[in-house]
Amino acid sequence: VSSVNVDLQTDATLQVDISDALSERDKVKFTVHTKSTLPNFKQNEFSVVRQHEEFIWLHDSFVENEEYAGYIIPPAPPRPDFDASREKLQKLGEGEGSMTKEEFTKMKQELEAEYLAIFKKTVAMHEVFLCRVAAHPVLRKDLNFHVFLEYNQDLSVRGKNKREKMEDFFKNVVKSADGVLVAGVKDVDDFFEHEKTFLLEYHNRVKDASAKSDRMIRSHKSAADDINRIASTLYTLGTQDSTDVCKFFLKVSELFEKTRKIEARVAADEDLKLADLLKYYLRESQAAKDLLYRRGRALVDYENANKALDRARAKNKDVLQAETSQQVCCQKFEKISESAKQELIDFKTRRVAAFRKNLVELAELELKHAKGNLQLLQSCLGVLKGDT
Amino acid sequence: MQLEEEVEDKFELNISITNPEKVGDGMNAYMAYKVSTQTTLPMFRSKTFTVRRRFSDFLGLYEKLSDKHTPNGYIVPPPPEKSIMGMTKVKVGKEDNSSAEFVERRRAALERYLQRVVFHPSLLQDPDVREFLERDDMPRAHNTQALSGAGFLKMINRATDSLSKMTIKMNESDVWFEEKLQEVEAEDQQLRKLHIMVDSLVGHRKELSVNTGGFAKSVAMLGSSEDNTALSRALSQLAEVEDKMEQLHQEQAASDSFCFAELLADYIRLLGSVRASFDQRMKTWQRWQDAQNMLQKKRETEAKLLWANKPDKLQQAKDDITEWEAKVTQYERDFDRVSATVRKEVLRFELIKYWEAFLPEAKAIA
Repeated sequence: VSSVNVDLQTDATLQVDISDALSERDKVKFTVHTKSTLPNFKQNEFSVVRQHEEFIWLHDSFVENEEYAGYIIPPAPPRPDFDASREKLQKLGEGEGSMTKEEFTKMKQELEAEYLAIFKKTVAMHEVFLCRVAAHPVLRKDLNFHVFLEYNQDLSVRGKNKREKMEDFFKNVVKSADGVLVAGVKDVDDFFEHEKTFLLEYHNRVKDASAKSDRMIRSHKSAADDINRIASTLYTLGTQDSTDVCKFFLKVSELFEKTRKIEARVAADEDLKLADLLKYYLRESQAAKDLLYRRGRALVDYENANKALDRARAKNKDVLQAETSQQVCCQKFEKISESAKQELIDFKTRRVAAFRKNLVELAELELKHAKGNLQLLQSCLGVLKGDT
Repeated sequence: MQLEEEVEDKFELNISITNPEKVGDGMNAYMAYKVSTQTTLPMFRSKTFTVRRRFSDFLGLYEKLSDKHTPNGYIVPPPPEKSIMGMTKVKVGKEDNSSAEFVERRRAALERYLQRVVFHPSLLQDPDVREFLERDDMPRAHNTQALSGAGFLKMINRATDSLSKMTIKMNESDVWFEEKLQEVEAEDQQLRKLHIMVDSLVGHRKELSVNTGGFAKSVAMLGSSEDNTALSRALSQLAEVEDKMEQLHQEQAASDSFCFAELLADYIRLLGSVRASFDQRMKTWQRWQDAQNMLQKKRETEAKLLWANKPDKLQQAKDDITEWEAKVTQYERDFDRVSATVRKEVLRFELIKYWEAFLPEAKAIA
């Protein structure tokens, strides 16, 4: 189903998947299906309908929950984006008069296939998010998560309005500035210091690789589109009459048509196995960075609390208050550190496994397509030669 | 089909163009090509011989052939396009892939051009062709300005336009010509569309090649920062594979461009020549009509003079009539002859198209 759904130990106590999805004009409705033996739920098996905004609400509730500061919050699925596809379909409808019936039907089929592919992808990404939450030992117990899974009415979660979006924007600005400050603080713990440098570099490189892979796949798709159009034109040339030249054109047109299908498949597979993988780990590495930031923040708070305590003791004023505050900071910091270590190790394991699985599948698919292409060309050559 | 036999004549004549060499320096430099002929035809002095020719020599040959044969309805193969950009790069001495590519494209185009010329049984007999192949020292051709690629097509199009504006309602006695012309025009349209698409494909493949290269570098970077050794190694190998893919895409773009796009451009120009021959036929028909009109006028003049009783001018009028009657007969015969030539040429052209089209495609696939 998804390219990153590896290593998620789905056990019988809680299994979540998206069993169905419906695309309406400007929104997608996901049917979230749960199977569970946990006592928290009223039934063992049930389904609810959720929209994208409700997934975001769930994700944000994790991020804002102080208790989860020490965990890598599974990244939120990206918004379903059919705009580009819809625009293309519209343009096609407008240009219907200017092309032949065959061309039109062909292009329509292609655009519909593209629409379907985007649809499948967004379903997969939303599902991965839920599965990650369900597999996490702590997050799976979250009350909001259970409500999300079980409450069969609308969660009445409206999207953020303009003011809230502005607030978010400023919060992010403050956070990044703070992040820079926090990152500057050297960590006593070698493990975390190493992780910090590693993640920063890794995240940037994944970002770059993701962008470049997108560009490469786009070129590939454009080339496949061109081949498609060439095939149609050759077909038109071939059907003008039945001379030998025309028969030749028809055969070449067929060859191009088949080649295009293969090239389009190659681009689609690259997209799935490579681009999606990179995009996902871009988001996850960002989530890991966020975790480190939170820990760094807690460390700074702890150190500040220590200094405040020293000052209070020196002045012998509000000492008890300072002591409690310092203890709270200390506990928070240690709690985060402990879980963070495990989370980061898990992240590494997951990442290696996901990359391995996808790279292997990618290689196998590319080989298969290349062999198919070769066979196609050889048989066409044979047919053409046999003709003379 | 009897034409097929004509094509598979028992003479042997192979032409190849090789060894492009830059002669001179700076803006006066030019490329000289070796033209090698191997033949069993008795009309040539020897069995194998070589000469050196430059691009303007080829254009000069075309001009001579066109002047002589196009008015008679022959389809004279058009020369390759002139390219100021391409040549300037070569002259300036820019030793990079694109100028090497340009020279190779031009060499191949010149070869195809010459092969088409000698393949034409009537053109082969032309002494200018023989001179071109054999003579060591050729006088430089001038006035080849008008024959740049775009200029050539413009010339054809202008001629066609002016003819159609002439509101010639040609009484097409032979519907074959009308049908053929329509076919040629439809094919021209399709080929132009196809050419644009192939150009687009070549562009996208080149883009794909560049982007694959960029991706390869990026993956290599990613691999080097990955701390799991096995994964790191796998990623760097992926980078190597993608690098090879970049090469492959580049080659594929080049071969698409050479075999497919160039050939299409050739055909579009050839179709231009075909249209030109149809136009010639129209011109001769027009001349014949004009002559008939003139004859009519002369006869009317004669009648008027008879009526006005001016015997001295009468003899002049009678002479005129005789002259124009002769012209009418001559032009009618011309028209028939040109029509027959055009018809034969078009049939020959269609046959050759098949053979020409098949061979490079097959080579490209392999």
